[in-house]
Amino acid sequence: MRNIRVIFWRELAAYFSTPLAYVFIVIFLALTGSMTFYLGGFFIRAQADLQGFFGYHPWLYLLLIPAIAMRLWAEERKTGTIEFLMTLPISTTQAVLGKFLAAWTFTGIALGLTFPMWITVNVLGDPDNGVIAASYIGSLFMAGAFLSIGSCISALTKNQVIAFIVASTVCFLFTMSGLDLVLDFFRGWAPESIVEAVASLSFLTHFNSISKGVIDLRDAIYFASLIVFWLYANVIVVDLKKAG
Amino acid sequence: MTDMVTLDGLTKAFGSLLAVDDISMSVGRGEVLGFLGPNGAGKSTTMKMVAGYLTPTAGTAVVCGQDVTRNPVAVKAAIGYLPEGAPTYGDMTVEAFLDFVARIRGFDGAEKARRVAEAVEKVTLHEVLHQSIETLSKGFKRRVGLAQSILHDPEVLILDEPTDGLDPNQKQHVRSLISEMAKDKAIIISTHILEEVEAVCTRAVIIAHGKLLADGTPDDLLARSLSHNAVLIKLDKAAADALAPDLRSLNGVDSVETSESSGVTQLTVLPKDGGSIAVAVSDLVRAKNVDTHELFVDKGTLDDVFRRITQETPAGPAADATDGEGAAHA
Repeated sequence: MRNIRVIFWRELAAYFSTPLAYVFIVIFLALTGSMTFYLGGFFIRAQADLQGFFGYHPWLYLLLIPAIAMRLWAEERKTGTIEFLMTLPISTTQAVLGKFLAAWTFTGIALGLTFPMWITVNVLGDPDNGVIAASYIGSLFMAGAFLSIGSCISALTKNQVIAFIVASTVCFLFTMSGLDLVLDFFRGWAPESIVEAVASLSFLTHFNSISKGVIDLRDAIYFASLIVFWLYANVIVVDLKKAG
Repeated sequence: MTDMVTLDGLTKAFGSLLAVDDISMSVGRGEVLGFLGPNGAGKSTTMKMVAGYLTPTAGTAVVCGQDVTRNPVAVKAAIGYLPEGAPTYGDMTVEAFLDFVARIRGFDGAEKARRVAEAVEKVTLHEVLHQSIETLSKGFKRRVGLAQSILHDPEVLILDEPTDGLDPNQKQHVRSLISEMAKDKAIIISTHILEEVEAVCTRAVIIAHGKLLADGTPDDLLARSLSHNAVLIKLDKAAADALAPDLRSLNGVDSVETSESSGVTQLTVLPKDGGSIAVAVSDLVRAKNVDTHELFVDKGTLDDVFRRITQETPAGPAADATDGEGAAHA
């Protein structure tokens, strides 16, 4: 626990010691805002809810989360600090968890800073705050799943750009697997159960049900198991590279 | 003297390339082991395996009773390791970085502050404590890496080229630091600088192409030099011509070489099997009543030994490269 904590604080501080954190937060806030008002039709819908706000999170995350995750391991590999890190008396799992939790917390901070949006709808109308709270939790879980994918892929390369592009693509597939674009590909030949299984892997399906205000155990388990799976793969990738 | 680091058949293969080939040896408390070898000989790979960064293909290393393949975290806790190039987190200040290292090594509060202060003191980092590491000169970066490795006062120190990039004063400082710490630790350093081996190491091993080729004290290794115990005489040409035949027939003398530079002739008298011929030669010179400018005994150079040992090996890539070069010249 202690080792995870020490790694966590170093990593979190590392985000804020470069302009990355500030650039990210500003862009994240600007994009969530503009998407809500222009694409989401916040005023036109004239409803006191944040559907238009949360609806675009999966698409924003697709671009922004791999940008946070790409440095986690690729940068260590590039600068050689991974050799320093992995010869400290910590286990690979502790290093992976510490880094992941720092990135997740950083995303949480950025997400938390969208609170004026929440205040705005409360001023303008009488929204269901339970639904909004559930949506925030769902969004944070989804961000965690994106991050775990990004972290694992970052460990595969020393090139941050490659890490970014590959992670974005994998995240894209996970997001899209609920849409006809992907499902039609399976419908032609696969039995219904496989189509269902692919659809059930979709971020959108699970996120949409959470953002309707229902935190279903299945959705929570989905995101949690996705995070566990990718972080476990992350540990294996780091260890495999040691075996050279 | 107890063994603190034991390598047992340590082997590392990268694909078909055998980087480290079955190296076994041990290092005890109080020893400073110099790890010598040409670039790509497997020095760093060996150190990385002992430090727990790379997993051996076969064999293992035991550090302070802990097996690195079974209990890597315990080994890492017992070792202070300076990786090649001394990588550190450039975005952190020196102080924040050392604070991080102290915390991950399990120190808190006053003890943590004391450890950091001590490490800063030992490698003299006061003046840059609040600067971010990426703004520092190469020498300072190296010292930050060194501070990181000695902060927890480890029983075993593994330093991969600790003086690379330092100026002569800093080199001297690091060497005396190593010598100071040597008495109650086992220290392994790798280096290209052979004078460093003579200055700080109590023992030296030479590896090339992943194989252990020589192991002994610096003096042992010197004795393997061709010119070890050779007697050099500088004198006029006429005297040299008169003296050379007598020297050749002297007992224990293998051969006599003549060379000339700026009007002075030098006779190099090489002994058989590195034996001591100094007394016999100087007696002869006195008996013959020859006027000499200078007469001294060569101890040989590690450079010479290093070149002979590392180039003798019948190895694939390097031998090919030499052949290729020869062909090109021809």
